[in-house]
Amino acid sequence: MNLTLKIWRQAGPQAKGSMETYQVTDISEDMSFLEMLDVLNEDLTERGEEPVAFDSDCREGICGMCGLMISGHAHGPEVTTTCQLHMRSFRDGETITIEPWRADAFPVIKDLVVDRSSFDRIIQAGGFISANTGAAPEAHSVPVPKPLADRAFESAACIGCGACVAACPNASGMLFMGAKITHLGSLPQGQPERWARVQNMVATHDAEGFGGCTNIGECSAACPKEIPLDVISTLNSDLRKSRSQRH
Amino acid sequence: MTDLIQGLYSEGEKIADTKAPAGPIDKKWTQRKFDAKLVNPANRRKLDVIVVGTGLAGGAGAATLGEAGYNVKAFCYQDSPRRAHSIAAQGGINAAKNYKGDGDSIHRLFYDTVKGGDYRSRETNVYRLAEVSADIIDQCVAQGVPFAREYGGLLDNRSFGGVQVSRTFYARGQTGQQLLIGAYQALERQIAAGTVEMFTRHEMLEVIVVDGKARGIIARDMVTGEIETHLADAVVLASGGYGNVFFLSTNAMGCNVTAAWRAHRKGAYFGNPCYTQIHPTCIPQHGDKQSKLTLMSESLRNDGRIWVPKRAEDCDKDPRQIPEEDRDYYLERIYPSFGNLVPRDIASRQAKNMCDEGRGVGPAVVELQEDGSEREVRRGVYLDFAEAISRMGKDAVSAKYGNLFDMYERITGDNPYETPMRIYPAVHYTMGGLWVDYDLQSSIPGLFVTGEANFSDHGANRLGASALMQGLADGYFVMPNTIRNYLADGPFDKLDESHPAVQEARQSVESRVERFLTMGGTRSADSYHKELGRIMWEYCGMERTEEGLKKAIGMIRDLREDFWTNLRVPGQGRELNQSLEKAGRVADFLELGELMCIDALHRRESCGGHFRAESQTEDGEALRHDDEFAYVAAWEFAGDGDGRMSAPVLHKEDLVYEFIELKQRSYK
Ligand code: FES
Repeated sequence: MNLTLKIWRQAGPQAKGSMETYQVTDISEDMSFLEMLDVLNEDLTERGEEPVAFDSDCREGICGMCGLMISGHAHGPEVTTTCQLHMRSFRDGETITIEPWRADAFPVIKDLVVDRSSFDRIIQAGGFISANTGAAPEAHSVPVPKPLADRAFESAACIGCGACVAACPNASGMLFMGAKITHLGSLPQGQPERWARVQNMVATHDAEGFGGCTNIGECSAACPKEIPLDVISTLNSDLRKSRSQRH
Repeated sequence: MTDLIQGLYSEGEKIADTKAPAGPIDKKWTQRKFDAKLVNPANRRKLDVIVVGTGLAGGAGAATLGEAGYNVKAFCYQDSPRRAHSIAAQGGINAAKNYKGDGDSIHRLFYDTVKGGDYRSRETNVYRLAEVSADIIDQCVAQGVPFAREYGGLLDNRSFGGVQVSRTFYARGQTGQQLLIGAYQALERQIAAGTVEMFTRHEMLEVIVVDGKARGIIARDMVTGEIETHLADAVVLASGGYGNVFFLSTNAMGCNVTAAWRAHRKGAYFGNPCYTQIHPTCIPQHGDKQSKLTLMSESLRNDGRIWVPKRAEDCDKDPRQIPEEDRDYYLERIYPSFGNLVPRDIASRQAKNMCDEGRGVGPAVVELQEDGSEREVRRGVYLDFAEAISRMGKDAVSAKYGNLFDMYERITGDNPYETPMRIYPAVHYTMGGLWVDYDLQSSIPGLFVTGEANFSDHGANRLGASALMQGLADGYFVMPNTIRNYLADGPFDKLDESHPAVQEARQSVESRVERFLTMGGTRSADSYHKELGRIMWEYCGMERTEEGLKKAIGMIRDLREDFWTNLRVPGQGRELNQSLEKAGRVADFLELGELMCIDALHRRESCGGHFRAESQTEDGEALRHDDEFAYVAAWEFAGDGDGRMSAPVLHKEDLVYEFIELKQRSYK
């Protein structure tokens, strides 16, 4: 198939960006979306132009490194990561717009590459269980009821790609944060730090410039790992409880 | 040193590990931990350690060193340590917990790993791996890793990769992800505590060696393009494997050999570079624009049956229309006792044989042939769940494999509940890597190597669910305990950036970057990478021959020469420049590829993932030669001359089996 691509080009963090138009031809529907961009980049390199910078690594939907706004949808028209989107989801002759994640907390570095280190800083604030190496008790000493283990697993599936933030009209990071709060807070091992965790993570989230949650639900709808919206309820409830638990 | 052998390499002194203590095998690790010198807690703050790579081995290692109070700097090329490719491992992690009471033990895990590695690994290292495996599970559970559990709340285990006990812990098909996130969170906690300084989007481009000791690295900030000098008392490389030398592999796009190769060029021996694992259950290639291959967990082989049509003329047909009697369930036929669960190397090679015979299925791909010409071959075999669905029901199959089926459908557009999957082997893991002793120290003092980047534990073939085990064993438990013996002699002499060795390292990086940017040729780095990959896959892939390898060496040399005259790298150095990053990685792959071929050529036996066509039994199975080849091949870099790499020097480390008896593997 042949496609018209309108792509955000921006030379650097401070540069002013703009949409540029490119054509790609002879694209097979079995190719992934990023392989289609590889073809464009090989073309550009051959013509002596600068290829389009975009992030990807595993290209199998698990590392969370890729992430593009494709015709207005985070990760494109399917519920998956950008790297797992295939060209059979598009029509011959279609015009596709490709932009970076847009959020104050994710500044653009170049073209389609953004800085998501704010997510790491939210984790630094408390997204862990403090268990130094070598200090762990025998794994079977604390059984975990299966429903709790399953709930923890479901929320731990988050890949930290940032689609939730990009999809949210408020650029809120609540789904990302709620997933971690729910993962660790569902487990017995996560209880000792539960209340401090939620307070510290929320404070960092707000300080990093993410917006607030107004229950729109675009985040969960865009999430390639289908993290359920109710992790945000868990977060809010933990936050409320933490205020009475601490002090 | 000997004269040149086959015009390609020479042989130097033998080497041996000097760190594993004498005594019974089950006491060695305890003894070593006791013998290794301690570092006074007040001194740890004064000791700087650099960790390159933050996957399971590096992330766990950096976090643990940070907890111990060392001053750690950690580097990764991704935008966050949570992205490292350890994340993609699906199946699970082995540990000798014997929770199922099915006769597992440290000794059995040790034995299985040595046997699985086709008796080409070092006993002492493997025993230790089995010994610390149980601690890993405890550690991960304490961190909140959500392993699969039974209704009683205890951890579930499964049998994996053809072993006969259930010792594999798992988190659905996302075990690697959950373990990595655990290590990542431990690391982020140390970053918050200030013990670890994290450098994301940084690529190590050189190691600094001063007076024979590793004392730091030169790295490029991939956002600003700045070349930075980082000095330290010791350096840990946890930079992963080099499967991307084949261009198409299941590795992530960014996985590369640069950190390890730069260290090799500075004096670190490279162990068994030709040992490559080709994983049997990957999604076949769809075309020549393919950028990578995707693996599906081999747990699929527990219930799926592998077959090809008996007759080549049936290969076009809808598989559902091919009656039972016209199907060849070749693994069940050739290996009646193990059937579809034979080890990875055997399953892979037999799939290749079927396709070479013209009985492959799916779209044909263009390939390079022995004589340099091209041909079209179908590269795929069926993995069929029809029988499993009728036996267990669709729901049960979906509960077990649903996420893998979905992934398959997303990539291929076919529904595996209705039509058999197509699979084909792909490069997945490299058992070879930098040579290390029992302390995981390379031949450069102060340079430690952990995880897939070292050569140490898997011999010529790695068992399923053992990569995660080794990464975390090295990172959490082994390296932090052995590096202290080295650091106890520090802090070493204060070093200045103006030291000639530091300057030399920095300048060599700067001039290389400059050279890439000004070459002004016509071809992209990617196009060279693809061409190298085709050579490696054809001649140094699943089956290797003397003739093919010699030819490959010539082709790689020509390609490398062309690369250094005809490469084009657009853009500037002082900015984010992905073409420039790629160029540096491909340049190193072009050198590594040659060494891999030399290693494969010199090892005139078949063992594990290394199959030499000249060394097989009458019925086509791998034939080892323990009398000649029971050694680790540790290669020393011999410098460049006339724009070419000089012939490398082979150092043999004899493998002495004190506790396990060598046997030819048989899975019939
Ligand atoms: S590149 Fe890893 S999730 Fe897309």
